[in-house]
Amino acid sequence: MNPGKILLVEDNPDDVTLTMRALKSHNITNDVIVAQDGVEAIDYLFGTTGRPAPTDLPAVVLLDLKLPKVNGMEVLQRIRSDERTRLLPVVILTSSDEERDVIDGYSLGANSYVRKPVDFVEFTKAAQQLGLYWLLMNRAPPSPRGP
Amino acid sequence: MRDWPIKRKLTAIFLLISGLVLVLTSAAFVTYQVVTFRQTMRSNLATRAQILAANSTAALAFANEADAREILSALKYDPHMVAAALYDRDGRVLATYPVAASADLIPAAPQPDGYRFEGARLVGFTPVAQGANQRLGTLYIASDTKAVSDALRLSGIIAIVVLAIALLAAYALAAALQGRISAPILALAETATAASTRQDYSLRAPKFGEDELGTLTDAFNQMLGRIEEQKQELQQHATRLEQRVAERTEELEHRNEALRRNAAELLAANNELDAFAYSVSHDLRAPLRSIDGFSQVLLEDYATQLGDAGRDSLQRVRAASQRMATLIDDLLKLARVTRAEMRTERVDLSGMARDIVVDIQRTTPDRQVEFAIAPGLEAQGDSRLLRVVLDNLLRNGWKYTGKQPQPRVEFAAVDENGGRVFVVRDNGAGFDMRYADKLFGVFQRLHSAAEFEGTGVGLATVRRIITRHGGRIWAEGAVDKGATFYFTL
Repeated sequence: MNPGKILLVEDNPDDVTLTMRALKSHNITNDVIVAQDGVEAIDYLFGTTGRPAPTDLPAVVLLDLKLPKVNGMEVLQRIRSDERTRLLPVVILTSSDEERDVIDGYSLGANSYVRKPVDFVEFTKAAQQLGLYWLLMNRAPPSPRGP
Repeated sequence: MRDWPIKRKLTAIFLLISGLVLVLTSAAFVTYQVVTFRQTMRSNLATRAQILAANSTAALAFANEADAREILSALKYDPHMVAAALYDRDGRVLATYPVAASADLIPAAPQPDGYRFEGARLVGFTPVAQGANQRLGTLYIASDTKAVSDALRLSGIIAIVVLAIALLAAYALAAALQGRISAPILALAETATAASTRQDYSLRAPKFGEDELGTLTDAFNQMLGRIEEQKQELQQHATRLEQRVAERTEELEHRNEALRRNAAELLAANNELDAFAYSVSHDLRAPLRSIDGFSQVLLEDYATQLGDAGRDSLQRVRAASQRMATLIDDLLKLARVTRAEMRTERVDLSGMARDIVVDIQRTTPDRQVEFAIAPGLEAQGDSRLLRVVLDNLLRNGWKYTGKQPQPRVEFAAVDENGGRVFVVRDNGAGFDMRYADKLFGVFQRLHSAAEFEGTGVGLATVRRIITRHGGRIWAEGAVDKGATFYFTL
């Protein structure tokens, strides 16, 4: 079973460290690819002039909303508008639970919306559950390019 | 005649009357003249006849034809004498004048004495007598009436001339005098027409005297004056009204402008608050997560090196950061309450309260609090915001009865002054009425966090929601005697 990778789109290095720690401490050993802003995330998923797009899509994208350059909503929009990434599971993982963001996120086709708890114990629990669920329990959509 | 101008009517009436009077007078004059003249003529003829008769006595007494002819021939000096004859006692003609008078001029026999007009002639028979009683014969005399007709013609001419002059004078007088009557009427008519066509009520009809027309003119002018006054009053009213409308309009425009500015400012402020809240929601929590997260990392990875004091300090750091996160969340809720769009509908407050109670009891099964929710309480408002109100008040009741052996929280309503007042009452810690006004301020707390936890934002949020509903909230209480919150919607 190849559980796939996690694309973590997060600009805050502390949050990256803490998220990685939370995932690792619960033996979710998958590769975590970190994109530090929206542009990096898009570049990774769709490729740039220097580097082609990856053949395998990540199993899930953990997407922060407030990002420099291109924000999370724009990344989500881009993912949903491309035939190849249209069905890619995207979980919004962010600080705010502003109703506006929740509605916009789901409207743009987010699969889930999780607010990062301040309490690190809670945060670790959330990360663990997310990892387990999306990597192990969830049945990913078939790859658009075939097996 | 009916449609003639009044001037012509008056002149015509004058002329008609004076003409009639003149014609009657002239007729009387001519008649008198004729009658008088005929009488004079008759008496003159009679006198002449008596003179002739007196002179003829000798000729008749002696039947002297020549003498008789001689005497009669004297008549030739009067051109009006047409014929004459002397009859003897037996009625035979003795002599005639002219000598060879035709038979139709001289009657064959004498007729009764006296004078009369026969056709165009005046004829008369006079006795010729000697002394008082001895009649010798009869004198016949005939004169034409040319003198009468001449006199009649003259009188007629005079009458016609006088009539003409008099009528001319009457016309001139009428033309001059009718003005006395017609001028005021015409002036009135002119003024009335001008006033009605030009709507100019400042006009006045000229007054010509103190007669009835003068009175009419005065009355008319007074009427115009009153109309003018009323018109002016109306205009003043209209002007005042227009002014007031203009003033009000301007005032309204100012107010509208102010309102627009206020609305724009409010919108800007709201947008700023929106941006601020959004930023707070995202950015303020991230460092707290780092503080809490890395404290936990230290606690997990370096527990032995830290020792008890170090671990305790880190736990405090974690507690503080979590508490700050709660504060931020509560503040954001308060901001949201201010910004949220209101959707007014019928809200079942009793049902809502029961839901909240179920939730409280589910999450804290270890505490037994008696909740008494009155059934059928309803209100008009935004259900989500009203849920925040009830949630805060009921949870407050639950929280502050924490040290009460028989905790009880009640939700009910009373009707007061025609309005409905909702009541949330508990038998908990209560508060000192001296600080009642501080209850609803942001971050204002009457209990320490150690006694009862809380951020001091809940009641501020509740009051903001009630205010947005156009309602009022107040509280009564005493230390350790419970608290009662009243609100209207």
